[in-house]
Amino acid sequence: MKTTELPRWATALLLPVLNLTSALLVAALVIRLLGESPLESMTILVNSAIVNPEGLSYTLFYASTFIFTGLAVSIAMKAGLFNIGGEGQMYFGGLGLTLAMLFFDASLPAWLLIPAAIAGAALFGAMWACIPGYLQARRGSHVVVTTIMFNFIAASLMNFIIVKYLIPDGQQNPASRVFLDAGAMPRLNAWLPVLGDTPLNVSFLLAIVALAMYGVMVWRSLWGYQLRATGLNAHAAHYAGVSISRTIIVAMLVSGALAGLAAVNSVMGSTHYLSLNFPAGAGFVGIAIALMGRQHPVGIFLSAVLFGALIQGGFDLSLEKPNIPQETFIFIQGLIILFCGAMENFYGPAVLRLINLGRKG
Amino acid sequence: MFEDFHFASIVVSTIRNAPVLIFAALAGLFAERSGVIDLALEGKILASAFASAAVAYTTQNPWYGVAAGVAVSAALALLQGFVSITQKGNQLVAGIAINIAMSGLTFVLAQFFYQQGGRTPDLGQARLFDVVLPGTAAVANVPFLGWFYGHVIGGHAVLVYLAFALIPLVHWVIYHSRFGLRLRACGENPHAADAAGVNVAATRFMAMLIAGVLCSFAGAYLAIVQSGFFLRDMSAGAGYLALTALVFGNWRPLYTALGCVMFGFFSAVQIQMEGVDLPLVGRIPGSLIQMIPYVVTVIVLAGLMAKSVAPKALGTPFVKSR
Repeated sequence: MKTTELPRWATALLLPVLNLTSALLVAALVIRLLGESPLESMTILVNSAIVNPEGLSYTLFYASTFIFTGLAVSIAMKAGLFNIGGEGQMYFGGLGLTLAMLFFDASLPAWLLIPAAIAGAALFGAMWACIPGYLQARRGSHVVVTTIMFNFIAASLMNFIIVKYLIPDGQQNPASRVFLDAGAMPRLNAWLPVLGDTPLNVSFLLAIVALAMYGVMVWRSLWGYQLRATGLNAHAAHYAGVSISRTIIVAMLVSGALAGLAAVNSVMGSTHYLSLNFPAGAGFVGIAIALMGRQHPVGIFLSAVLFGALIQGGFDLSLEKPNIPQETFIFIQGLIILFCGAMENFYGPAVLRLINLGRKG
Repeated sequence: MFEDFHFASIVVSTIRNAPVLIFAALAGLFAERSGVIDLALEGKILASAFASAAVAYTTQNPWYGVAAGVAVSAALALLQGFVSITQKGNQLVAGIAINIAMSGLTFVLAQFFYQQGGRTPDLGQARLFDVVLPGTAAVANVPFLGWFYGHVIGGHAVLVYLAFALIPLVHWVIYHSRFGLRLRACGENPHAADAAGVNVAATRFMAMLIAGVLCSFAGAYLAIVQSGFFLRDMSAGAGYLALTALVFGNWRPLYTALGCVMFGFFSAVQIQMEGVDLPLVGRIPGSLIQMIPYVVTVIVLAGLMAKSVAPKALGTPFVKSR
């Protein structure tokens, strides 16, 4: 029998793989034009990001941040909202976390301090997403435009706050003071010495928990049902008694909180101080991850690891091949978003034709 | 207190800041009025800035640079059109993808060709120089008039005049030409336009092409007029700021251009206010002034000042009805 719809395995697995391959082929072409061998580069990348245990540890460290930003974009997408503001929300999450640290790191024990800081990160991230959510729900201002504005407002405001209030006396570097040891996320190398001196920390486990909770909340709870109904057809959901504006605001709050939590890994897991522009594009990587992982927990995890590997492997590759600087991977990231996000159905018609050819009539 | 605060130089630098935004915002206006969201302005500005700086440096001729910028930016706009119009993909995602990809690629290429940390060499003589109007020297010593004629009306690069000349031209094209009518129809109600015999896809592609060309001038202006070199991520959010001006100006050419001039004025003021003590408030940090355009636009978007209404079909791919 002929079919007009692609089977699930094709949309969930085959198309993403085809799209990813296309993006990597274009990247390989560019690397070839830069005078380097794509295959050799790929080998170096895989070796340093996956095979080597310390490298893998770094890959998972980066992935922990990306899982949170990817979840932030995904949950908003499930409600039909495109939250481009992950970058700003993560930045503000970092501020919430830092304020908790600066006030309490001398007085509270680690088991109280760390949850307090995590709560601060989530709260500030949610706060920064709250206004765009409210404006979308109640005033109809498009969340895409407002979250873009809020990214820029966050960048300027944080610049002001850090430079004016957080730089310790006598310092020039635009960053807060270093937190006391009680505020450091426990690193996993304490239990797994094979990881070496790498910053992989408990945030990774938190990210896994967040993935599982996301899966349960979105697909197995009433709230998740209302969320998805709103995203698929707001009018139908409204007719069925779902409060659209409430769902939108709550979705944005959760999305912002998740983006804010991404700061926990970067700040508490590694640097231990708040610095200017610390998100460094992680909020935008979240968009790529949500699109590539099709907002599914397993997909989000795999894409986050892929992007973590590109960053870690790309760093080592840039040391060996000066013609392939780290910025090459920003380009590749853009290609992946283009192929896996915007052109996700590029191969759809061809695959459908092949499947129908196989079925014969 | 006003001795550091030169009104005259604020006026001149406003005129010099505005063209980047005007070119980009008018580019976005064509795309968005036809129904395609143009988030890729930033990426196109950056790509065109790099291409024009690199070609102008290599050929030592700024006009070849401008031409290269036009070609690159138009090609990107057509790619964006292919994804958004032909493939019916997500237009927002296509825009973000192009921005991120160009931010990386321009650096990689600049590093590969020039090895100066993602910068192109100084253009030197290959920059576009300021036009000196005839008679500038004659009136130079006349108070006010000398300044006004020599620095406000005259003394800018050709692209500045082009930017300001485009404002009424775009207004005419959008509101008084046949193409403009069709363009707006495609952005408001593509099905009605289609029923009336307008080729929606072709109109949108045409709009994207115009957007690509206009946007390239923004990049070329940045690289070969304002700075005289290409620098990594030198667009620094200008594409998004232009989009902000577009939203602020309610997708109308005159108001949008007004927004661009206003935003150009803010950044001129910001540079002037750096380290100046004002009465009552003291020093206002530049980072807070930078926020003003975005905050004002959010307020406009919230409907608290004036209502900003996007073209109705903005962001939805057109699927011909049967």
